[in-house]
Amino acid sequence: MSVSATEPATPWRRPQVTQGWLARLFDSKAFLVVACLTPALGLLLVFLTYPLGLGIWLAFTDTHIGRGGSFIGFENFESLWYDRVFWGAVFYTVFYTAVATVLKFALGLWLALLLNENLPFKSLLRAVILLPWIVPTVLSAIAFWWMFDAQFSIISYVLVDKLGLMDHYIDFLGTPWAARWSLVFANVWRGIPFVAISLLAGLQTISPSLYEAALLDGASSWQRFTRITAPLLMPILAVVLTFSVLFTFTDFQLVYAITRGGPINSTHLMATLAFQRGIPGGQLGEGAAIAVSMIPFLILATLFSYFALARRKWQQGEDNE
Amino acid sequence: MHNLTRRGALSLGAGAMAAGMLPGLARAAIPTGNATAPKLEIEKGATLRVLRPTKFVDADETVFRQNTQKFAEQTGVQIRVDFAGWEDLRPQTAVAANTGAGPDVVVAWADDPHIYADKTLDLTDLATYLGQKYGGWMALPQRFGKKWGTEQWIALPMGGSGAPCVYRISWLKEAGFDSLPTDHAGFLKACQALKKNGHPAGFALGNAVGDGNAYCNWLLWSHGGMVVDEAGKVAINSPETINALKYAKELYQTFIPGTLSWGDVNNNRAYAAGEIGLTQNGVSMYFALKNDPKTAAVAEDTGMARMPTAPGGKMAENVLLLNAMVFKHTKFPNAAKEYLRFMMEAEQYDAWLTGCGGYWSHPLNAYAESNVWKSDPKLAVYRDTNTVEFWSGYKGPISQASGSVAADYVTVQMFAAASSGQATPEEAVREAERRARRYYR
Repeated sequence: MSVSATEPATPWRRPQVTQGWLARLFDSKAFLVVACLTPALGLLLVFLTYPLGLGIWLAFTDTHIGRGGSFIGFENFESLWYDRVFWGAVFYTVFYTAVATVLKFALGLWLALLLNENLPFKSLLRAVILLPWIVPTVLSAIAFWWMFDAQFSIISYVLVDKLGLMDHYIDFLGTPWAARWSLVFANVWRGIPFVAISLLAGLQTISPSLYEAALLDGASSWQRFTRITAPLLMPILAVVLTFSVLFTFTDFQLVYAITRGGPINSTHLMATLAFQRGIPGGQLGEGAAIAVSMIPFLILATLFSYFALARRKWQQGEDNE
Repeated sequence: MHNLTRRGALSLGAGAMAAGMLPGLARAAIPTGNATAPKLEIEKGATLRVLRPTKFVDADETVFRQNTQKFAEQTGVQIRVDFAGWEDLRPQTAVAANTGAGPDVVVAWADDPHIYADKTLDLTDLATYLGQKYGGWMALPQRFGKKWGTEQWIALPMGGSGAPCVYRISWLKEAGFDSLPTDHAGFLKACQALKKNGHPAGFALGNAVGDGNAYCNWLLWSHGGMVVDEAGKVAINSPETINALKYAKELYQTFIPGTLSWGDVNNNRAYAAGEIGLTQNGVSMYFALKNDPKTAAVAEDTGMARMPTAPGGKMAENVLLLNAMVFKHTKFPNAAKEYLRFMMEAEQYDAWLTGCGGYWSHPLNAYAESNVWKSDPKLAVYRDTNTVEFWSGYKGPISQASGSVAADYVTVQMFAAASSGQATPEEAVREAERRARRYYR
């Protein structure tokens, strides 16, 4: 048996398995990207894009409940442009969102700072703080509805019948401005926990060593707040602010359960007006147009939080160049 | 429109209104005329689905189910009855009409059969028969049963819930009135006197679907006003409406504070607590008060009377009407029609009427003889509920627009703005005119 020196003793070659088309397909990156994304895209299309698209389409039709509509262009929006009730709702929605958000942030931040201190029963307190947020909105709305009742309000009862500080019951929901502020109050009460707990989480990510160093440098507590806490909290603040603005702007339950937009439309939010016109009123097209009108405001609010607050300068202490 | 007032009585413990609210009442002999029922052969293997609003008084459901069960036993037709929430009924009816599926029979709100008139079965033979047998249809059922401007019946009205004036007898006496004045001036004087004695009136002026529309439609109609004319053209800006607004403003001075924010339940609560001496409500509040030992004395002292009438002595109160229709898409039209006939026949209908304590007042004249109206003389005012000749969207055709105007509280807010002085009557009516025009275009 002669072995040729020129040939390798054993042909150490990988067995060449010819790959099937299926295997090759699954090795292709492009295919995998498509295959893995399709379910997610499908879900988004079915549950997000379709309803949103349908809502936008409806806004350009004269659809009624029980009767299909046809495309009418911007007619719904033109009609709304001359509708004082709609502009009243726009005004109150912006007012409600702005005032409630400012109050929620001021009080929420304050609460978060307090909770960040070493308090007795710290975890219990934190749990309690969350309560208003856990209670279903409709339930707390009904509680506020009783508290703001013209005849049976506990607040009026205490002030008038128990303490004798006033001689008449407060008409919380009967005059436009009283009703507007009452609803803002209810919204703030409900929204504070979300802000406080989120900011508390942010506060706890700030390293204590920074405060220790500042203390050694003789920084006052105000300086520590403005130079350490505020800048380091800013990223989370921006996120929380965005969410809070979105939640408040699209609020529905509180207003619908307490005033239904009254007295005389002074507390209608765009969301409640859209529902009132679209479902009980049967004018689906117009209701959708009101809802669609909220989109530019929401985009603006989001962009504002994003650009004004989430700048790198705030986050990293560098110039935003 | 939807008079959700009654729901308010729930907070008064209306749940206590047990089935057979007026037990022990033998069925009265309902006088019947000569009539032959239309010959309808029930289809073999027929099954029916029925959709109706949910009960407000217990007997509404239990007796309705018993009657349905009886029909099923006698004919072998399988029937499923679904009860929808009052606010959900309209969208569900719309879906059934548009998809041509789902319920065969819908006991809908008054306007709906008119919105889907091309999709409902002609019920003229049935309505004619029932009318002949039971002394004729009353005014409001005729308005809502027949297709606008024709003699063709597209729906069978089953019952209506009205809202007359409810007041405290002793307080009215104390104020110097033995009975409630039937004219506007006298009514105002009575309310002023009540207010002076610390028993103000209270009518909902907030966005209250039932009570707000009930009070404000009464104000408008009883002064001869209307939202639109016969042709459906907006006609609210009239001297009659201005008069109504001026009257409303004066009457508002006799109200308890806070009515601008009142919803559908506030008047029930305030009345039960003795905070107000006079309001407007359906019969349910009376039963709720009567059945609760704590408020039985209030019920005892409660009187009910017509609100001041429209020119010509016409009753001008808002009525919430149940209006049954059969969709053309049903596979068993005869079974559906036979079912409705069966439910309207005295053996079944009187049991339902009586069980509900007159909550759904009868649409056929003969049922005025029902024992329910004799059981308590105070109920008599509810007996004539369906004689009213005004309807939501008076005096125009029944349409989608009238429903939208009511849902947007156009009339209510016109009166609220003028009453509270936030707008002059002229301003308020112009705003209402503008808003009504957006729907009637």
